Amino acid sequence: MKILATYNIKGGVGKTATAVNLAYLAAKAGHRVLLWDLDPQAAATFLFRIRPRVKGGGKALIQGTRTLDAAIKGTDFDRLDLLPADFTYRNLDLLLDSARKPERKLGRLLAPLRSGYDVVFLDCPPSISLLSESVLHAADVLLVPLIPTTLSVRTLDQLTEFIDGFEGKQPGILAFFSMIDRRKRLHKEIATTLPAQRKDVASTAIPALSIIEQMSVQRAPVVSFAPRSAAARSYVELWKEAADRAGLAAD
Amino acid sequence: MRDALREFVLDGATLRAASDGVPLAGLVPVGPRFRWQPDGRPCSIRRTWLDTFDWRLYRAGLTLELISRPRGPAEYRLTGRDGEHIAAQPATQPADQAAAARPATPSGSRSPRAAPQSWLISALPEGPLREQLAPVVGVRALLPVARAVSTARQLRVLNDDDKTVARVTVDQMAPGPKAPGLPPRLVITPLRGYVSQADRLAELLTDVDGVTEASIGPLEQALAAAGRHPGDYTGKISVRLEPQQPAAAAVATVLTSLLDTLEANVPGTIRDIDTEFLHDLRVAVRRTRSALKLAGDVLPAGLAARFRPEFKWLGDLTTPTRDLDVYLLGFGGMAAGLVAASCADLEPFRAHLARKRAAEQRQLARGLRNPKFSRLSRDWREALAAVPASRRARPTARTLADQRIRKAHRQVLADGAAITPASAPEALHDLRKRAKELRYALEIFGSLYDPGAHWQAIRELKALQDCLGMFQDTQVQMDELRAFAGEMMAGQTVPAATLLAMGEVAAGLARQQHAARSEFAGRFRDFAGPGGQSRILALTGEARG
Repeated sequence: MKILATYNIKGGVGKTATAVNLAYLAAKAGHRVLLWDLDPQAAATFLFRIRPRVKGGGKALIQGTRTLDAAIKGTDFDRLDLLPADFTYRNLDLLLDSARKPERKLGRLLAPLRSGYDVVFLDCPPSISLLSESVLHAADVLLVPLIPTTLSVRTLDQLTEFIDGFEGKQPGILAFFSMIDRRKRLHKEIATTLPAQRKDVASTAIPALSIIEQMSVQRAPVVSFAPRSAAARSYVELWKEAADRAGLAAD
Repeated sequence: MRDALREFVLDGATLRAASDGVPLAGLVPVGPRFRWQPDGRPCSIRRTWLDTFDWRLYRAGLTLELISRPRGPAEYRLTGRDGEHIAAQPATQPADQAAAARPATPSGSRSPRAAPQSWLISALPEGPLREQLAPVVGVRALLPVARAVSTARQLRVLNDDDKTVARVTVDQMAPGPKAPGLPPRLVITPLRGYVSQADRLAELLTDVDGVTEASIGPLEQALAAAGRHPGDYTGKISVRLEPQQPAAAAVATVLTSLLDTLEANVPGTIRDIDTEFLHDLRVAVRRTRSALKLAGDVLPAGLAARFRPEFKWLGDLTTPTRDLDVYLLGFGGMAAGLVAASCADLEPFRAHLARKRAAEQRQLARGLRNPKFSRLSRDWREALAAVPASRRARPTARTLADQRIRKAHRQVLADGAAITPASAPEALHDLRKRAKELRYALEIFGSLYDPGAHWQAIRELKALQDCLGMFQDTQVQMDELRAFAGEMMAGQTVPAATLLAMGEVAAGLARQQHAARSEFAGRFRDFAGPGGQSRILALTGEARG
């Protein structure tokens, strides 16, 4: 079971859109996929038309009174399940704080799902917290959407440095440019030069297109309702790079 | 834990209503909280159910289907007893695609001749499906056991968020393109986390006239249409004897059943589908020979004497191929046990064994196609059918069974007790034969005894047999290894590394044999001790009717 997490300290950079589309593509490739929506805003849960509610809330999951397995819901797509968000996830940091080795807790919770899933996507809330640290420890590959600015490159460097300090397993990093506006010179420049200079930056960039925003109207991944769109093609390319990084078959 | 399917059968009128375009929603109102939505166009799929000849998947509660749609690749689908999804995998091999595209025909024949395709597990694509199947299927090949064509209409049941909470398939299945359709099935597949909604839908369906809950699955339905039922082959003796029936009739019944097993395995052995056809055929022959030796005297005069040499011929015909099968099946373990040599060093040896086996298999197939075999088979069946079944004939089956099991048991005890640390290997070999005779006696007459006590007696004997088997098999393999090395040196240039690796294998076999020899005294003590003896006596001394 490979764990891929979409992570960025900033919000609104395309984490959820990436998790939802890549999870769909992974399932379409034949993998058994679980997407865990860890963000109390519940955007991924909303996109799959699932109610953002977990019996007992985040507390039951973290304290083990309810297994992750029991909280999972099937999406409308074959082989793709969702562990819904719950508003109580806003307190996950507090709950983790009282757990033993909190930075390893998420990995321990996911371990029993190993036989049922080939791929798990974690869609993280934007923050630096105990929860994100636990996600970073659990993940095999971090998918880091970047807005093409100099500052976001600096953030990537900080993240890399932080992970370098991990003892034992370290996740691989695959950053990629998201919400690229081709009309902006800076966007074009950074999105072209950086992937050539850095191995941890994907050559695929996700453009800023209104069809991606349509996902919240259609309540489905763009790769399912507009598979021939430029946005869908970009996600397909990004999935190929992510699958390669995770050692998974892409199709 | 996966959620089970709910399956229903529709009667003709309900199907006609649905086929005439009346939406299923009209037949089954699902209330204000749900609504129906068609999911794609009706599509025709070809279904081929696969299992081993001895139904290993079915017995393990698994169903494997190869599904072919008009577009896209065929797909393997593995489900559990209640239809729950376990694994799926696109079929990538050209042979799989060809099999899935074959016109569906009723496969009423038990003979594998009617089903030319077969798959060894190693031919399936790597992935979760193969991982699930491998431990169940083992060395057996997967064969088509039933085929059908399904015309399936898919619907979704949506909640008020337009979220799918269940999938519904109306499946009109026919055993072949021109065969009459079977009663259509309506299948509710709950989505994970939405079981209560699927249950509610199932409740609504049970209230609809012309809809009844299905009592059998689609595989059983397809098999029933072909006059078959799952599990219709077992290598075990499955006859039910009556304690008071005449011994001659009981022995003839067992022998007829063994002949059925033997004949069922002939086509698969000739076509070399997997090694277990020959294995089961040989076991049937050995059991027949043992039954003739143990109880042939109750059959009409001269019958046993007439057929014993015939079955010896058949047994001898099958021995060379099986011996090489045993070698090749154990090759992986043999190679893995190498310490000094590498697995690659043994490759010329494996190739030599494979060539030799191919030649022996041709000989075996020729022998089984020979009129001598068909004559033996026919004459034996006729002779068994002619065994008189007078109800007053004596002894009874139970009396005979008690006598012969005790006699075989006494023989094992006497031969075993005579073995000392100084005894020659032949003494252990002879004891192994006696132990096999006792085992076969227990199996042949097994249905006459209390199942618990019978199982206990076999379990203790099996532990002794395993030890004796290890001792003898390693001896045979060491002898053969020397012969193989000689053949290889005479025939071609053999790399020195191969001969050294074979030497290492021989040393390993010698160690195993030594270990088995050391274990023997303890194993025999357990078997021959007061506990073991009293169990056999209790088994055969139970109150007789």
